[in-house]
Amino acid sequence: MSTPLSSSVYSQLVGLFTGVLLLSSVLIVWRRSLTAQIRLLALQGLALAALVTVLAISETSAELLAVSGLVLVLKAIVLPGVLWRAVASDRVPREETPLINTTTALIALSLLTMLAFLVSRPLVALGSGPAIAAVPVGVALVLFGFLVLATRRHAVSQLIGFLVLDNGVAAVAFLTAGGVPLVVELGVSLDVLLVVLILQVLTSRIRTEYGDADLADLTELRD
Amino acid sequence: MGLFLVLPLATALLLAILAASGYGRVLRRYAGIVAASVILSCGLALASAVLHDRTVTALGGQLRADALSAFMLIVVGSVGLTATWGGLDPDPEADPGRLYAVLVVLFLGAMSLAVLADNLGVLWVAVEATTIATAFLVGHYRTRRSLEAAWKYVVLGSVGVAIAFLGIVLLYAATRAAGDPTLSWNTLHHSPPALDPSLVKVAVALAILGFATKAGLAPMHSWLPDAHSQAPAPVSGLMSGVLLSVAFYAILRVQAVALPVIGIGLMRGLLVAAGLLSLAVAAALVLRQHDLKRMLAYSSIEHMGLLALAAAVNSPLAIGAALLHVLGHGLAKSSTFVVSGRILLAEGTTTISEIRSLLSRRPGVAIPFLCGMVALLGLPPFSLFFSEVAIVVAGLQRGMGWVMAVAVALVLVTFAGLSRHVSNMVLGSGDAPGPAAADQRAHGPRLPLVLALGATGVIGFAAGSFATLLTEAAAALGAPR
Repeated sequence: MSTPLSSSVYSQLVGLFTGVLLLSSVLIVWRRSLTAQIRLLALQGLALAALVTVLAISETSAELLAVSGLVLVLKAIVLPGVLWRAVASDRVPREETPLINTTTALIALSLLTMLAFLVSRPLVALGSGPAIAAVPVGVALVLFGFLVLATRRHAVSQLIGFLVLDNGVAAVAFLTAGGVPLVVELGVSLDVLLVVLILQVLTSRIRTEYGDADLADLTELRD
Repeated sequence: MGLFLVLPLATALLLAILAASGYGRVLRRYAGIVAASVILSCGLALASAVLHDRTVTALGGQLRADALSAFMLIVVGSVGLTATWGGLDPDPEADPGRLYAVLVVLFLGAMSLAVLADNLGVLWVAVEATTIATAFLVGHYRTRRSLEAAWKYVVLGSVGVAIAFLGIVLLYAATRAAGDPTLSWNTLHHSPPALDPSLVKVAVALAILGFATKAGLAPMHSWLPDAHSQAPAPVSGLMSGVLLSVAFYAILRVQAVALPVIGIGLMRGLLVAAGLLSLAVAAALVLRQHDLKRMLAYSSIEHMGLLALAAAVNSPLAIGAALLHVLGHGLAKSSTFVVSGRILLAEGTTTISEIRSLLSRRPGVAIPFLCGMVALLGLPPFSLFFSEVAIVVAGLQRGMGWVMAVAVALVLVTFAGLSRHVSNMVLGSGDAPGPAAADQRAHGPRLPLVLALGATGVIGFAAGSFATLLTEAAAALGAPR
């Protein structure tokens, strides 16, 4: 098998970009400013696209290269752009108070990372390449996304949590299986884009209705 | 024959484009009915084809119908027809609005794609598309409550199915490791590659968890009463009657793929837990409901719990009964939601305590409501009685006696709660206007409700090709005898 990348460069690049994935999501949990979180999300999208490009080159797959372009446009540019618009209409820059403080959140992150390595064992057993070894990072992203969803009350923060989770699922897909079939990939990308657009519209409706986009106000429907 | 696979999707897409481009009020008014009728006709045509020569494919195998797909397409079509036709505004000049018409048609199209795609990934995309299509339908009335319901629905629904997608990705990774990357349920089912059991276990647990969120199973059910109570009545009927069942269909497909690899143990555990918890949630909360549509939503959680138990039993009898239950529940629930819309129209409220002596004051809406509720309570002659009994019997045959005993007890509690609400609303002699002034109007077309409830009353006794279709559909899932 002839690959354009030497195996040490390949494993270093995979390590670098999955490292950026993990670091950016830790920083998303750490930072409270929404604009900073959105910038970090764009960085995460960029790292994911770069990771897919590396995988595409090492597998010499033109299809995967095209997918990396799709990932770049969608996750590094379009989705953060949609979120940016949702925040831009806030007159005061948002600093939000999550339900748990930063220290607790960071401790939770380290525990979740360990959990991710633990539950990924059947996955890591699939093979021995650097891509497979990096799978726990994808799982960790999924868990981090859950943490953000569970502890943040601002509508845009919840969107960020959803997208971190989605990036995690995508990372697992690319690392374990070189991505899903193209038709599925296109459908999934379209679905994610539409969900984010819908949530952005709902966010602006919530803001008009309640004055800001704090989800703690949504308490009318109870049993 | 492949035409009948493409036609439902093409019709839905075409109608959506026409309605979006503003082609007149008449088209917007009837678009949903046309789409549902086409889907139902294609479902019947596919069913007859499947009963003669097994499977139908189109678009190079991307779309495929076996007996189960054909049956589910019939469910989508018939429930869709009940909800859209029955939910027709009695005022012939009324305009449902462009967005509403487009989204209802796309919703029907997405559900058809979900049951016809021979690819678990496309199935996932279609299930997620139903969330997208229904988001603004739930938020249609633009009140604070509907906004809150829509937000919770989209966030929980999307996160839930994202977990299911992780499961599907892992399944794909397992097939890739086995040397034959595929997501086709047909290939996975009929010529299964040697999959790694420990990986498939993780994959299946995630997929079932994710799709169970969309199917409204406890403990991931919290979006369901909110969304169902805030959506317009026909949309509630569609969501409750068939969207939940489409998510259940996804669970059945995943289960059938995983069954030869990991056995039933893990999946049975998950489904029994979700099923009993759903029944318990419904039993605990149905009596406390103040709103008619929320009460119906909890009844849906109950019925989805029963379906989860049937999937856990996973014998041919249990699966056949589950499918009969899907159809019976879909028809009865969409009818009662449609009637709840008419009650809102006639009484100006859906608050249970404000609706009294409906039978003597407004027999036109009370009689279909009562029939629908009797069906949902699981009384004969309605098919839900037979399917519930069959699920319990199938459970006993598989040695799940305790589970079934608990289930029956919980169903009885729900029964008591529901029948108390219903008798409060329907019975009584009415204080103000005497029976002479009783309002006989149905506040909408009568025929769809007569047909839907009539069918629910008859299909329990049906034999012949309908019974064969159910047996074939259960066999398509390869449930061990």
